[in-house]
Amino acid sequence: MIPLSERSDPIIPTAELRALETAGVQSPRTVWQQLLRSPTFLVGAFILLFWIVCAIFGNSIAPDDPLAQQLLSVNAHPSGAHLFGTDQLGRDVLSRVIVGAHDILIIAVSATLLGTVLGTVLGLVMGYFGGAVDAIVGRLVETLLALPLIIVSVLFILALGPSVPTLVIVIGFVFAPLIARTVRAAVLGERELDYVAAARLRGDSSLHIMFVEILPNVLSPILVEFTVRIGYAIFTVATLSFLGLGPPPPTPDWGADISANYDVISLYWWETLFPALAIASLVIAVNLIADSVESVLAQ
Amino acid sequence: MATYFLKRLGLSLITLWLLSLVVFYAGQVLPGNPGRFILGPLAAQSAVLALDHQLGVDRPLWVQYWSWISHFVQGNMGISYEYQTAVRPFIASAVEQSLKLAAVAFVIVVPLGIVGGVVAALKVGRPLDRIISISGLSGSTLPEFVSGIVLVAIFSVFFHLLPSTATSPPGASFVTQLDHLLLPAIPLVLVLFGYISRMARAGTIEALDSDYARTATLKGLPRSIVIFRHVLRNSLLPTITVIATQLGYLIGGLVVVETLFNYQGIGRLVYNAVTAKDFPMLEAGVLTIGVVYVLATLLADVAYSFLNPRIRLGGAE
Repeated sequence: MIPLSERSDPIIPTAELRALETAGVQSPRTVWQQLLRSPTFLVGAFILLFWIVCAIFGNSIAPDDPLAQQLLSVNAHPSGAHLFGTDQLGRDVLSRVIVGAHDILIIAVSATLLGTVLGTVLGLVMGYFGGAVDAIVGRLVETLLALPLIIVSVLFILALGPSVPTLVIVIGFVFAPLIARTVRAAVLGERELDYVAAARLRGDSSLHIMFVEILPNVLSPILVEFTVRIGYAIFTVATLSFLGLGPPPPTPDWGADISANYDVISLYWWETLFPALAIASLVIAVNLIADSVESVLAQ
Repeated sequence: MATYFLKRLGLSLITLWLLSLVVFYAGQVLPGNPGRFILGPLAAQSAVLALDHQLGVDRPLWVQYWSWISHFVQGNMGISYEYQTAVRPFIASAVEQSLKLAAVAFVIVVPLGIVGGVVAALKVGRPLDRIISISGLSGSTLPEFVSGIVLVAIFSVFFHLLPSTATSPPGASFVTQLDHLLLPAIPLVLVLFGYISRMARAGTIEALDSDYARTATLKGLPRSIVIFRHVLRNSLLPTITVIATQLGYLIGGLVVVETLFNYQGIGRLVYNAVTAKDFPMLEAGVLTIGVVYVLATLLADVAYSFLNPRIRLGGAE
């Protein structure tokens, strides 16, 4: 595409200019059609859908009560009675795996949404205004990135006390600067385009230009970032609950169940292996989706 | 070049200073009173106040910060609340342990990631490229304890091939130590492989598309020479940077891997310090991690600019 600044006709209405400059952007319907044709997307969506159904209807699908302690069948091998065996307290592992999908999905998705909204606002402001705002926020982001995310999250969660809302807020805030970097880079590319200059000449406020003019044109990278980040959010939630900072027991939780039974893995491997495989399948499903979204939007 | 280096050094120092503020502040925000913590819930209030005074935690914050940071810079990291002895030996031995584990992971992942990325770039868009990309992405978002458990289940529980703890018996030979570190290193390798191969892939695609690669091909050079002599040299530059920045992640990953495999490294040390509310240990541990990370990125940037004439000759922005 020819850069519009090199074209000779200066007076074109903003809407048309934008349509010209963003000719590469596809309509939601074509994006959707392309996704439905991609096998990786379909496989990922199928697995994710399975876990979403478990998260919503878990208690009705689960063969047993995930909290019921059957003390006569403690550490039972996987069998017809308990497909995934039972844990050290005699609870059905399959039921705990099914019901455990709920918290991790809720926390991961809400935290990513929060982080994306905060990061988008921050990125728009940094990219659009540049200068001192950009420099100061950039340095703070750099500092935050100098610490491993897990350690930052552990510090904040311990300070605020572990709970579901705390996890959402902490992960959301930790993700925000990372998402802001992506949005900022996309905004820098848009800022110099003619439709922004035209809007400025027309006397539109900065707020209007950022959110009404620029935002719709940087939605693709934001969407890609969002899907990729959900994978990392699941990673973070699972890790934090493995470290004992997730939803409090006896709530069925994959990470917490793993750390509770890990010391007996050499005798009763099913108590840790099945929740671990559940996390793995969820993460891989989200990545298959993220990868397809990225490749469709990048065309 | 000198100005670029100085500017970069200055930015690193500012980052470290901000980091020390954050770490110090986090140490204050964590609930709990040190004197009460050490003496237990039954101790008299007067004894708690006396100990708080002795520890210096009743002074104004900025005085505490100054005394902490000025001692830290001189190598005095304070006294652990939990063990009542100097923090420094704990940090030193933990860093050494973690470095061993990290070294094993890096020795495996760097060549593997580069080869994977270059192969993916040469087959761009084909099934092999997609497989490498997706497995890399999945590996990098698979929590270390998940891959760790699958590995332990397979290699330790089912087939008894490798030990499931990372700590080898005291005085163990190099091979035995390596044997113990191999399984814990693999989860780290899985995570890092995604990042490194993605960078190597992007760099190689860009270099393959460049004018000099096209010229070399049109000149009639065999494809292998074009790749080895012209493409790789340029495509691996950004990979160097990403390898260094992954150190920060690596230490976070160490928290989990060291907990899972019962290994006394810096990640485990920081995590224990957090749960035990051992502020001096925590602050020293986290700041040490920050210093290692900032130094590594600084070194990577300097190495990158030495290797890349475009940056060396100006254009440092």
